[in-house]
Amino acid sequence: MTGPEDLRRRVADLLAAHPPAETGRTDFLRARFDAGLAWVHYPEGLGGLGAPRTLQAAVDAALAEAGAPDNDPRRIGIGLGMAAPTLLAYASDTLRQRFLRPLWTGEEVWCQLFSEPGAGSDLAALATRAVRDGDTWVVDGQKVWTSSAHAARWAILLARTDPDVPKHRGITYFVCDMTDPGVDVRPLRQITGEAEFNEVFLTGVRIPDAHRLGAVGDGWRVAQTTLMNERVSIGGHRVPREGGMIGRLAATWRARPELRTHDLHQRLLALWVEAEAARLAGERLRQKLAAGQPGPEGSAAKLAFARLNQEISGLEVELLGEEGLLYDDWTLRRPELVDFTGRQAGYRYLRAKGNSIEGGTSEVLLNIVAERVLGLPAEPRSDKDTPWKDLAR
Amino acid sequence: MTDLLYGEAEEDLRASVRSLLAARSAPAAVSAEREEAGHPYDPDLWRALAGGAGAAGLLVPEEYGGQGAGPREAAVVLEELGRTVTPAPFLTSSVVATTVLLALDPDHPPVGGLLEDLAAGGRTAVLALPLSTPPGATAAPPQGRATAVADAVAADVLLVPRADGLYAVDAAEARVEPCTPLDLTRPLAAVSAPDGTGTRIAAPGPAADAVGGGLLAGAALLASEQLGLAEWCLEAAVAHTRERHQFNRPVGSFQALKHRMARLWLELVSARAAARAAADALATGAGDAPLAAAVAQAYCSPAAVRAAEECVQLHGGIGMTWEHPAHRYLKRAKADEIAFGTPGRHRQEVARLAGLDAP
Repeated sequence: MTGPEDLRRRVADLLAAHPPAETGRTDFLRARFDAGLAWVHYPEGLGGLGAPRTLQAAVDAALAEAGAPDNDPRRIGIGLGMAAPTLLAYASDTLRQRFLRPLWTGEEVWCQLFSEPGAGSDLAALATRAVRDGDTWVVDGQKVWTSSAHAARWAILLARTDPDVPKHRGITYFVCDMTDPGVDVRPLRQITGEAEFNEVFLTGVRIPDAHRLGAVGDGWRVAQTTLMNERVSIGGHRVPREGGMIGRLAATWRARPELRTHDLHQRLLALWVEAEAARLAGERLRQKLAAGQPGPEGSAAKLAFARLNQEISGLEVELLGEEGLLYDDWTLRRPELVDFTGRQAGYRYLRAKGNSIEGGTSEVLLNIVAERVLGLPAEPRSDKDTPWKDLAR
Repeated sequence: MTDLLYGEAEEDLRASVRSLLAARSAPAAVSAEREEAGHPYDPDLWRALAGGAGAAGLLVPEEYGGQGAGPREAAVVLEELGRTVTPAPFLTSSVVATTVLLALDPDHPPVGGLLEDLAAGGRTAVLALPLSTPPGATAAPPQGRATAVADAVAADVLLVPRADGLYAVDAAEARVEPCTPLDLTRPLAAVSAPDGTGTRIAAPGPAADAVGGGLLAGAALLASEQLGLAEWCLEAAVAHTRERHQFNRPVGSFQALKHRMARLWLELVSARAAARAAADALATGAGDAPLAAAVAQAYCSPAAVRAAEECVQLHGGIGMTWEHPAHRYLKRAKADEIAFGTPGRHRQEVARLAGLDAP
């Protein structure tokens, strides 16, 4: 197996053959992919070397130190975090060869067509239909909360292929071409005024059967790979004390003594302590993962992060008093990246409202913790064995 | 970098303490009866824990007969004692009094000799200050009389702060009057040790530092006891609501109850991280140990109280009975909230240490 020494040599060879200062960004990224240094735990020929995943950090650090460009992972998070692992696990070799390299270099952006107006927390109830027509599938339906859809070349798509069986069993997983004339992407404006996300209308979209991932009707199982990787990709880097939202509030507190009241002070301190405990919990989770002890604490981190972001940003708006009455800009923007701690307090307060909804609502996550971590019994359910077409909606 | 995990030796220690406590703990009803009578300690259990398992000497270097371990290991023992709310003078004698003595000159005969006895578990000592005393408050009690001194009823030696330094006073020379405590698992007493009794073991300056260090260790490691206590409360609530049927289904399947227990679990995740951070900061002598201790106390105290309160509520009627052990946890949690400073007091300390000034 490829070890650290071998990787150091390969990094040196890559830098020697393609000096970053003299190589275009895309050319360098392609060369890095071809050298197996994109994601070292992927197979050879697909950007990796079949090496342990833990060795990636050293490769990234060495390349960054040499001034090499990176693939701007935050811009292509859905491709890297969700589409790629699913393609690796379920796509044919032809598709993997076709898709993974431009996905990783960022030449082709990916988006995710999962949620629908009628299928949010209950994703498996989705109603977008795919009907077989020879070697192709014809797709009709509406998707929502799709980030990057306006920039995306490809999408991972869940569609219903059999309405006559219970909902989890009639779903199939596809790769959808976003340039198909039946794909209509419209901005979805949020309470912040901006439009990070889109609504995507699918009308007679044609998908070749070769772009199906997994068996017909097996899409729910395939989607678990995608969603599991989404949870892994949230969190995971070290945060310093007062990193994140609490740092903004603390900075305002220190800089603006005239705004202080005793009541605000008590609430600030309570939130500061909670944020510090949550930060330590995140650090502990990181240490557990590094020591090879994965645990369920990731759900805790997401839940705590959502609530604290909301309370902290809310307190900051209140602290600002007269200034808290103002908002920086309601212009409909299309941000490529979202910084939860960016812009001003009013924006942060409104954007944080999404933290307890996106990536699993806090209520659903609490159910998951209760049932999978604590082992509490599930609620009685009537939807699991009912054919999808007979469900209330 | 702060190590927030448990090492292999720490897990071994936990396993041995847990099995010892499981084998020797009396049924809840018997414990409650002993506690009500004011004699909660089990001398055999203490001998096995302190001497046999070496818990009493964890903080003491090997040259004084201890284990040469440290606060991280003591924290693990406290988690287990918290899980069982075992009446034992571990926190007061093996952590606080021992930390005070370790800050003094061990070649001074009473100090070294006492350390050796404490490490072996043959004698116990307590700091003659109210259990509520936070780190940083080191004023000697007036007229040498301290109220609400934890575990004084069973202590052999009292460490008495006076204006002219710290004294070790033999319990036989002092007046120890038991009080009726809210938390029967940690007996309290009023202690009077008049001037003239005992041996001076430190001058005022070093005494203040030593006592401050002892109280800091008490506050930092109490968080681990609170963590263990909260962990038991959640496990008990989950076990009960899985079994208890009403409306033809386990009550634990109702979302209103599940979410409450899931929230307790979230708090446990953060409480564990905060408690580990405080123990580790103490162990490494980190400069931010006072802040880590204040954060751990400000977080773990209310978390433990909430867990105990929820445990009572989620048990329904049985949770309100003397027969069920939940009340022992509630009383310990509520007393622990005050021990070594209230959460509000620790938040004030956070304000001072993190530069978040009051108006």
